[in-house]
Amino acid sequence: MAKQLTEDQLKELVESVVDRWGGRPDALIMMLHAIQDEFGYIPRRVSLYLSQKTGIPLAQIYEVITFYHLFRTSPPGKHKISVCMGTACYLKGAPQIVEKLKEILEIKEGESTPDGLFQLETVRCLGCCGLAPVVMIDDKVYGKVNPEKIMDILAQYTKEQDSK
Amino acid sequence: MLKPFEKIVFIKDTNAVKADLTRHYAGIFSKYVRPLIEDRKVFVVQAADLGIYGEGLVIKIWPNNIYYANVKEEDIAEIVERSIVGDEVVDRLAFSPDAKQVRVVLRNCGVIDPEEIDEYLARDGYAAVEKVLSSMSPEDVIEELKKSGLRGRGGGGFPTWMKWNFARNVQSDQKYIICNADEGDPGAYMDRSVLEGDPHSVIEGMIVGGYAIGASKGYFYIRAEYPLAIERVQRAIDQAYEYGLLGEDILGSGFSFDLEIRLGAGAFVCGEETALIASIEGKRGTPRPRPPYPSIKGLWGKPTVINNVETLANVPVILSRGGDWFSTIGTETSKGTKVFALTGKVRNSGLIEVPMGTTLREIVMKVGGGVVGGKKIKAVQTGGPSGGVIPENLLDTPVDYENLRRLGSIMGSGGMIVMNEEDCMVDIAKFYLKFCVDESCGKCAPCRIGGYQLLGLLEKITMGEGEEEDLEKISLICQAMQKASLCGLGQTAPNPVISTMRYFREEYEEHVKEKMCRSGKCKRLIRYEIIQEKCVRCGMCYINCPVEAITGSKAKGFVIQQDKCVKCGKCYEVCKFGAILIGSKEPVEHRI
Ligand SMILES: Cc1cc2nc3c(=O)[nH]c(=O)nc-3n(C[C@H](O)[C@H](O)[C@H](O)COP(=O)(O)O)c2cc1C
Ligand code: FES
Repeated sequence: MAKQLTEDQLKELVESVVDRWGGRPDALIMMLHAIQDEFGYIPRRVSLYLSQKTGIPLAQIYEVITFYHLFRTSPPGKHKISVCMGTACYLKGAPQIVEKLKEILEIKEGESTPDGLFQLETVRCLGCCGLAPVVMIDDKVYGKVNPEKIMDILAQYTKEQDSK
Repeated sequence: MLKPFEKIVFIKDTNAVKADLTRHYAGIFSKYVRPLIEDRKVFVVQAADLGIYGEGLVIKIWPNNIYYANVKEEDIAEIVERSIVGDEVVDRLAFSPDAKQVRVVLRNCGVIDPEEIDEYLARDGYAAVEKVLSSMSPEDVIEELKKSGLRGRGGGGFPTWMKWNFARNVQSDQKYIICNADEGDPGAYMDRSVLEGDPHSVIEGMIVGGYAIGASKGYFYIRAEYPLAIERVQRAIDQAYEYGLLGEDILGSGFSFDLEIRLGAGAFVCGEETALIASIEGKRGTPRPRPPYPSIKGLWGKPTVINNVETLANVPVILSRGGDWFSTIGTETSKGTKVFALTGKVRNSGLIEVPMGTTLREIVMKVGGGVVGGKKIKAVQTGGPSGGVIPENLLDTPVDYENLRRLGSIMGSGGMIVMNEEDCMVDIAKFYLKFCVDESCGKCAPCRIGGYQLLGLLEKITMGEGEEEDLEKISLICQAMQKASLCGLGQTAPNPVISTMRYFREEYEEHVKEKMCRSGKCKRLIRYEIIQEKCVRCGMCYINCPVEAITGSKAKGFVIQQDKCVKCGKCYEVCKFGAILIGSKEPVEHRI
């Protein structure tokens, strides 16, 4: 969803959103929803421009963005990696897998990689303890994963991206 | 090609607990209709589940959809004669499958197309608006609501007429009415179903409310996680404008009313009315102290009425059919029906609507079909994170606002979760508390710090590190939170803890003193053992253990290696012979 827009396109988009709501401060949440629908998150430069257009202080915009769970300030990843931290997976080495992922992707849980390819999350039991430890990427389940194997799995996704 | 059967008969023994006589009865029935089967006039099916429970032998005849319940063997001949060969109904045995349910709020859900205003109009839709605007004063409307006895369905149970009357009596150039559709209770979806299935009924309720209090503007506050509801409500609003039911001078009455949608953004606390108002004003959703109540000083400082979706959906029916009619349903203090989202360890989970005063046992056993897997029911949770548990021995209590409160729970918005022996009460309390701690807005200390500390204590107990004085500390923190928190979230967050402590204190004590969890939920507190006397050495546990912690052979028998066991419970689940024991953390004596 994350779009690469030129400065002009971005401004145009923000302006159309502001126009629709008359730039009213009480419609801030509605405007932020509209922006996030477009970008998948709320980029800082968009917030800045929104502030200039509406006169709502940037601090106030951020105050609202950070309060509500649904608003994101970083782009969501293209692929969501969910590492199971349920009991069986936990004891079969899920924490090591998370560590490995954090190390190679250079992000923390809940964040996305700078290239927007991956987003890392930890989840509770996925209901397939027999395959522990389990990692899910988007809707696909990978069982009996270990730190080496996870590298191979990720490679498939990076390769697929490169070939495009 | 064979011609299709003309009639299909579904047979089910709904009393079946141990011996299921469905097959037996189906055999008898088939004998009576054998020639008809050959002529492809009828076909007999042994049904697995008809959604009816505890009503003896039940027979359903398709396509007429006739139901017979508590049928005896000697009745079968008559049924065949009159309803299979003929097309009559044997009144004496006829049964309505929804007998326990009464549909007032859900009257149109699943019946009309929610995207077509004409279908709503065809079912007396907007008749209340027409009646109110043409022949009733605002005072008359409030009087009618007073007669009906309708109370808020958003949790508190505050009489709706009183709220409207407060706002009516304040002098102001501008007033507002808000529909609270922020439904935040995890595991509840009543409001969503109404908005998606019958949005016009809520809009109609808001128009009537607006007229009664003198508001010319209303807002729907809907959580952003409900995209379909948002879409349908928007469509319904547009259609109502088109038909002149919203906007200037509605139906030539001189009354004008506008409606707009505002979205939440994933914050539970925004269901609280003062936080909700802040959110509509475009700010962080932090609550403020009350009074002043919103009906005096609400949105932008103007008198504002906030009502729940279900409350508003009741309003048109009350005005069309009269407050007196409505007040015939329900109990002395709680009138009408209540919609519940029945879930958990119940056979037939889903959305139900029952008259107030129905007992919890009837809801669980008759409407819900009892507990899954024939396990013993332990408790029923109502009110979500602000509610509490009601133990099995109190399930004969009729559901109304006062009774539930007396038992330490609340009506809440309608989540109802059935729990059985496999559920640990300490764990449940921890689950709900965790939810409130995550959702605390952080403005006031009792809720922010108290919640965090309380959760820490519960975690300590479920990890097997609890000490006896912890139970005392838990009670103290709970009291402090209830008394000193700023808003309903913090005040009610300890409820699940308090109520589980009240009814299941022995479980807390077991966790603390014996380091044991009887349900097997708290993994750090248990160990699985194979009871050698019961084990038939089938090897199922051995094959299914995900971590190869079970060693041995069919010849020698099997043992669980405790140092390898991850306590996933798979062996317990797959053992058909009850040979796996859930014991306390300390080793049971070795038998091999
Ligand atoms: C933390 C918290 C969350 C709430 N969430 C909801 C909700 O999701 N839906 C709702 O209708 N009321 C909710 N309420 C209750 C509202 O504050 C308010 O009492 C209700 O909407 C009034 O409507 P009623 O009189 O029709 O019940 C919540 C209250 C608190 C304290
Ligand atoms: S969030 Fe309401 S009391 Fe703290």
